[in-house]
Amino acid sequence: MKSSVIVFPASNCDRDAAVALKQSTGKAPSMVWHGDATLPETDLILLPGGFSYGDYLRSGAMAARSPVMRDVIEKAKAGTPVIGICNGFQILCEAGLLPGALMRNAALNFVCRSVSLQVGNSQSIFTSLFEKDQTVEFPVAHHDGNYEADEATLDQLEQSDRIAFRYVDNPNGSARDIAGILGENGKILGMMPHPERAISPLLGGVDGVTFFKGIIEAVG
Amino acid sequence: MKAKIHITLKSGVLDPQGKAIEGALIGLGFEGTSDVRQGKVIELEIAESDEAAARAKVEEMCKKLLANPVMENYTIELAS
Repeated sequence: MKSSVIVFPASNCDRDAAVALKQSTGKAPSMVWHGDATLPETDLILLPGGFSYGDYLRSGAMAARSPVMRDVIEKAKAGTPVIGICNGFQILCEAGLLPGALMRNAALNFVCRSVSLQVGNSQSIFTSLFEKDQTVEFPVAHHDGNYEADEATLDQLEQSDRIAFRYVDNPNGSARDIAGILGENGKILGMMPHPERAISPLLGGVDGVTFFKGIIEAVG
Repeated sequence: MKAKIHITLKSGVLDPQGKAIEGALIGLGFEGTSDVRQGKVIELEIAESDEAAARAKVEEMCKKLLANPVMENYTIELAS
């Protein structure tokens, strides 16, 4: 399986993501620079965490308009699975691939710790090795993780089973405890927590191993 | 032509920074302060002398990049 990690200026989880993908696929992903016009042939695209463009204007706003994103958007719309983690989630929202926006944490503090998440949907290609309502543990590290959308959008996300993960103990004020959501076609996942930082007991957890293994099995 | 764009959070969107500023103002003795909202101002120069054309262009900038319609409103001021 061929995977790609997009690297923006001030991405800082791109290497963690590469390690996680290599560990699960047996093959190093292509690292694609934000200024590139097109991606290599790929079965999975990952937008990593970080502080792309220094969070200028709004978190993810500049990255969402960078050259490589045109191809990412095109491929996403054509059905290539895309995962956005943390800053990657912010970028997917800013690019219009996912609804809503990530606002400043309600308590204004930067939250950096491991959190428990409840799996909201275990049928997606990203969560197929989890059970619905199972609790998993991933670290979060963000200042702008407060997911907001209008009530109609939130209702629609719930009704169409597109809430992939919910916080057990909401760390940032996100509407309806949302930690991760799926795109309309079920092939785009945006989440604030970092599964790529939970891939070894040395890192404090292995739920990320299951997460990536499930995706690789589903995507093939 | 110069354009000044005021970007504010939509009413109803929680503004934790505005709340913190409000708390600090009240702490400084400015009692009776409420509804503090923080926004941003962007100034730019645009090579366009026709006001309607300039406004249309800045509107497009707002929609494509400067404001996020999910949570923000904007107003445009033009001055030649």
